[in-house]
Amino acid sequence: MNTVNVTVNLTMALTIGGLYAVGFYLLLQRSLMRIIIGIVIVGHAANMFLQLAGGPPGRSPIVGVSPAEEMTDPLPQAMALTAIVITFALTTFLLALAYRSSVLLGHDEVRDDVEDRRIRRQQQRIDEREEPDEPGADRKFEFGTDNDKEATR
Amino acid sequence: MTMLVALPILLPLLAAGLSLVLGRFATLQRLLGVVVFTANAVLAVVLLAEADKSGPVVLQLGGWDAPVGITLVADRLSALLMLISMVVMLAVLVYSIGQRITDYGRSTSSTAFHPMYLVLGAGVSMAYLTGDLFNLFVAFEIMLGASYVLITRRTTATRVRAGMTYTIVSLTSSLLFITMIALVYAATGTVNLADLSGKVEALPVGVQSAMALMMIVVFGIKSAMVPLHFWLPDSYPTAPAPVTAVFAGLLTKVGVYALIRTQTLVFDHGESWTLLLWFSVITMIIGALGAIAQNDLNRLLSFLLVSHIGYMLFGLALYDVTGLAGAILYVVHHITVQATLFLVSGLLTRHTGTVALRGMGGLAKLYPAIALLFAIPALNLAGIPPFSGFVAKLALLEAGAEVGTTMAYVATGAAVLTSFLTLYAMAKVWVFAFWGKSKPPHPDPDPTDELIIGTGSTSRTMVSATSALVVFGVLIAVFAGPLSEISTRAATDLLDGGPYRTAVLGEEAE
Repeated sequence: MNTVNVTVNLTMALTIGGLYAVGFYLLLQRSLMRIIIGIVIVGHAANMFLQLAGGPPGRSPIVGVSPAEEMTDPLPQAMALTAIVITFALTTFLLALAYRSSVLLGHDEVRDDVEDRRIRRQQQRIDEREEPDEPGADRKFEFGTDNDKEATR
Repeated sequence: MTMLVALPILLPLLAAGLSLVLGRFATLQRLLGVVVFTANAVLAVVLLAEADKSGPVVLQLGGWDAPVGITLVADRLSALLMLISMVVMLAVLVYSIGQRITDYGRSTSSTAFHPMYLVLGAGVSMAYLTGDLFNLFVAFEIMLGASYVLITRRTTATRVRAGMTYTIVSLTSSLLFITMIALVYAATGTVNLADLSGKVEALPVGVQSAMALMMIVVFGIKSAMVPLHFWLPDSYPTAPAPVTAVFAGLLTKVGVYALIRTQTLVFDHGESWTLLLWFSVITMIIGALGAIAQNDLNRLLSFLLVSHIGYMLFGLALYDVTGLAGAILYVVHHITVQATLFLVSGLLTRHTGTVALRGMGGLAKLYPAIALLFAIPALNLAGIPPFSGFVAKLALLEAGAEVGTTMAYVATGAAVLTSFLTLYAMAKVWVFAFWGKSKPPHPDPDPTDELIIGTGSTSRTMVSATSALVVFGVLIAVFAGPLSEISTRAATDLLDGGPYRTAVLGEEAE
C-alpha cells in the first residue's frame, strides 16, 4: 500500500487537468452530441486520475514475478477498470437515448426546462401586449401548443 | 449470521436474471419480485435485530480482510433504512403490478420493468450495506443504471428530454464521484470507510476540506440539495406513478444516507457545521417556495421532496446525537410519506386525466377514499401531530434549540417556516383538487405512451397497496418511541465510530 507521498507526474497532471477543462466545457454546450462527448472526456480524465492516484509506475503486481517493493499498486487499476466498464456501458445507453431523442424531436438540441420556457412565454405575452405591431419579432423557436401541453401535464 | 449480509444484494440480482428469463410467464415474474422484496424486508429485520443486540454485522467478501478486500457492514442505521426501503419497494411493486393488470390484462408481461426494478433494489441494498467508498460508487451506478432505464422506458418526446437531463446530471455526478475516490486514494491509500476514518485525521486540513467538499457536491447532486436540485423537479414528474414514487422515496434518500455515513465516519467535524446549515436552510426554503408556485401536482410534490431533504441536512449539520437521531427518524418518515404521496397522485390522475391542479376539482365528493388516502400523508408531511412527520420534526427542532448557536436558531426557524409552507402547499392542493366544483375527466393527452391516465379505472390492488403504505406511515408514528430510541442508538454509533471500526478492522485496530 502506498502512503501519503504520491509524487505526481507533471505531464499527467496537466493532461488530466486539460481533459477535465475540455470535458466540462463541452458539457455546457447546447448540442446533445457535444454533451455526450464531454461526458466521455470527463470520464477519461477521471479514470486517468484514478491511475495517477496509484503512484508512480512499477513492475507488474504478480507474486513471484516481481519483488513486492517494486510492484505498482494494483488496486487503483482494478477500480479504474470497473469505472471504465461502467462509463462505457452508460455512454452506450446515452447514445441510444440521444438517437431516440433525435428521432422523436428531429434535432439534437437540449431544450430549456419547463420552468424556463414558462417564464419566457409569460414574458413574451407581456412583450406582445406592449408592442402589438410586431407580433413575435424575435421568435427563433416556435413555442406552440406542444409546449403548453407539456407544461400542464 | 454474517452470510446474511450478502443476501439482500445477491437475491435481487440473481432474481433479476431469472426475471428476464421468465419474461413470458407474467404471473411467475410478478410473484418472483414480490417474494424477493418480502425476503429482503425480513432479512433487514433480522439484521436490524442482530445489529442492535450485538453490534454491526460484518462480512469480508472472499475472505480478504478489511482494508484490502470488499467489506459489507450492516449496522443499526443501514439495517433500519434498508428495512423501510424494502417495505416501500414492495408496496410500490404491488401497486405497479395492479396498474399493469388493470391496463393490459393479467397475461401480458413487461420484459424490462421487473428485472430493472430488482436491479434497482439490489443497488439500494448495496448502497446501504457497503463498507467502502468504491463499492458505494458501484452501488450508485447499479441503482442509477436501473433508474435510467425505468425513467426512459417507452420513450415519448417529453420523457426522452426529461430522461436525458436526469441521465446526464447523474452521470456527471458519478464522474465527480470517481474523481473524489481518486483524490481520497491518492491522499490515504485506502477506500475502506472504517480505515479512512483513522487516516483522514492525519491529513492536512486543506486536503480534508477538499475531500469533504467533493463529497458534499457528489452526494448533494444525488440527494437534490439546493442549488444542485434543478434536475429533480424536471425529470421525476414525467415517469409513471410507481417509478416516480420509488425514485422520490428512495434514490435521494440513499444520497442523504451516503452523506450521513461519510461525514460522520470519515470526518470528525466535532461541532455543528455552519456551511451545511446554510445549505439546509436554502434547500428547505427554496424547495417549499418552488412547490407553492406549481400548478402541476407531481412537480409540486417534487419540489416538496427537495424542500424536505433540507430537514435531513439540518439534522446532519447540527452534528450531535439528537440532531443525527432526528435526521435518521426524518429519513425513515420521509421515504414512506413521499412514496405514498406519489402513489396517491397516480391514483388521482387516473381519474382526472391531468396533473394540472386547475384542471381538477370536487374530488373529495367523487372519490372520498382517495381523498382520505391523500389527506393522511399530506398532513403527515406537513408535520401535524400525531403523525410521524411531527415526531421527526419535533426531534430536529429540539436538537436545533439544544445546539443553540445563532446559525442553529436560524435553521430551526427556517424549519418551522418550511413546515408552514408545506402545509400551505398541501392546502392549495386540497382546495384546488378536492374541493370546489367537480370537473369532467380530461382525455389522455397521449394514449400511446405508458402513462395511462383519465380512464378512471383503478384496481383494488392499487388502492390497497397505497392504503398499506399510508397505514405503514401511521404505524411509524405509533412506534415512534422504540424508533426514536433505535435512531438515538444509531446516531450515538455514528458519532462514536468505534464499534464500526472495531467490527470492520478487527480488535487490534482500536
